[in-house]
Amino acid sequence: MARRNFGTQVTALVVDDNALNQKIHQRLLESVGVRNEVVTNGKEAVDIHCHGKRFDLILMDMDMPIMNGIQATKELRSMGIGSMIVGVSSRCPETEIRKFMESGLNDYHEKPLNTAKLNSILHKMNPNFTSNNK
Amino acid sequence: MQNMEVDQMQRQYLDYIKSLFLEGFLDGQFLQLQQLQDENNPDFVVEVVSLFFEDSERLLNDLTFALDQKGIDFKKVDAHVHQLKGSSSSIGAQRVKNCCIAFRNFCEEQNIDECLSCLQQVKQEYCHVKNKLETLIRLEQQIVAAGGSIPTMEFSF
Repeated sequence: MARRNFGTQVTALVVDDNALNQKIHQRLLESVGVRNEVVTNGKEAVDIHCHGKRFDLILMDMDMPIMNGIQATKELRSMGIGSMIVGVSSRCPETEIRKFMESGLNDYHEKPLNTAKLNSILHKMNPNFTSNNK
Repeated sequence: MQNMEVDQMQRQYLDYIKSLFLEGFLDGQFLQLQQLQDENNPDFVVEVVSLFFEDSERLLNDLTFALDQKGIDFKKVDAHVHQLKGSSSSIGAQRVKNCCIAFRNFCEEQNIDECLSCLQQVKQEYCHVKNKLETLIRLEQQIVAAGGSIPTMEFSF
């Protein structure tokens, strides 16, 4: 299947302090073959990159302790990290979403993430990718 | 005879889960979670539901404490409600999520009486959905124990 083949070529980092969201996002990614790791705040996301790890896709939550998603995204971009960074948050006000986008995101989706949203992210990463899911 | 029993349990399960959607306890997000469960992840839904219960109970305790203070910190209250809205949204607990939306509006207005009323409402809705989900999981376990498979519901809302 085209979707699963592309997914297996992608690596992802889930950045979220909430165990429930971590579990759902990890399982969603696994369901399309994306190998993934989890960190619990923005600082850990930056640290893992400082240790040399790289990911094709980063799912970045906004509200996190120690370092939030906006600060982490700015930091990663200043380090030259060119990964696809997708903001995932349940924040609604336009001003907050704009602020998040301006920190360096490639895309933004309101929580909860689901199969359709993940497919749209993968399609953005690879325009040749088409979903076989209904 | 055993097949008839399994059929009956499966029908009961489908009727029950359908009622949860029609009554607004659950929304399509819950079906998404069920679709992520497979033979390699057979307990995914139970694990996610358990995390939701843990999250919610902690947040409801935090909210009760925060609203019991002499000088209420509405920013803190709002932060807790926002988290609860997020968790309930992620599991598909629609009524809890809707209560949280109303609750946040009253936090913004710093309306103590309405916030306290919202807290009672959200506690009630959480209790309801917790009971419903526990019943659903029990029905699933009975079907599996009887050698059957959990039927999937088509979502055509």
